Amino acid sequence: MRIPCPYCGPRDVGEFTYQGDATVTRPDPASTDQDGWNRYVYDRANPAGKHSEVWQHSGGCRAHLIVERDTLTHAVGAVRYARGSATKAAARPAAKAAAKKTSPRKPATRAKAGK
Amino acid sequence: MVERESPLGAAYTPGRHGVADKPGAQISEPRPGSIVEIVAWPGSEKAALAAIKGATGLTLPDRPGGGASKAGKSAFGFAPGRWLVIDQAEGLGPALRAAVDSETGTVTDLSHGRTAIRIEGVRAEWVLSKFFAIDFSVEAFPVGEGRSTAHHDIFTQIQRTGDDRFDVYVFRSFARAFWTSLCHASEEVGYEVS
Ligand SMILES: [Zn+2]
Repeated sequence: MRIPCPYCGPRDVGEFTYQGDATVTRPDPASTDQDGWNRYVYDRANPAGKHSEVWQHSGGCRAHLIVERDTLTHAVGAVRYARGSATKAAARPAAKAAAKKTSPRKPATRAKAGK
Repeated sequence: MVERESPLGAAYTPGRHGVADKPGAQISEPRPGSIVEIVAWPGSEKAALAAIKGATGLTLPDRPGGGASKAGKSAFGFAPGRWLVIDQAEGLGPALRAAVDSETGTVTDLSHGRTAIRIEGVRAEWVLSKFFAIDFSVEAFPVGEGRSTAHHDIFTQIQRTGDDRFDVYVFRSFARAFWTSLCHASEEVGYEVS
């Protein structure tokens, strides 16, 4: 199994670390909805087929990626930066075409240092 | 200036080794005085590239792995918005700290945290291919560019600085182990340590 990293190009899965289901949404940190947190932490659809997952290219550029993967065939589809369009300039040409299919997210509003 | 000690210790064995009369690879420790990591905030990548150019004179292509080498200085991208900048001389850290302001990104001086290991020669590609699952052919990995990869959890940044020459950066604490493995892997082609 190989994952085409948008920065590094196709790499062996051994360079990547699985970081979980990318379809769950974290509740508002202030939320006291116990069921909501329970769903976020524990409830998984465990689909046999197409799945959206978070992987980190831990043995490479260390970027966090959203990987579309088929859990039956291990076929890897579109791969994009988890951080969204902030790093869109740093994509290999082959990965750019795939990235277009996914909706670009707003650039991360990361605070600049000293502010 | 304090004399820096190589982490290679007794594993550094100058001379010819292996079977071939003509060494297929030369292995050396360049001991650069400065190894500095630049990280640009998202959106400030071009400003970071301009700052690197200002401090080193190196023009880096704005693409994944883009890099360049000139006059004892080298730089290459190894991750989105991140570059490793190397100078054979000391003092690059302060120069880059002055060039990269806090609105642009961060500067981390890794001079004592990374070890540079150089492998060159006609069989350098062959030897490195035994370690890393990446394409070392010059078409896929052009001169000047950088790659981030790993061998058995030894995280490695590699810059191709010539047709047959690669500069490999590893954590200092892993340097002796990696060096020893590199020498073993080079035995079949014959190698010379200098
Ligand atoms: Zn990567």
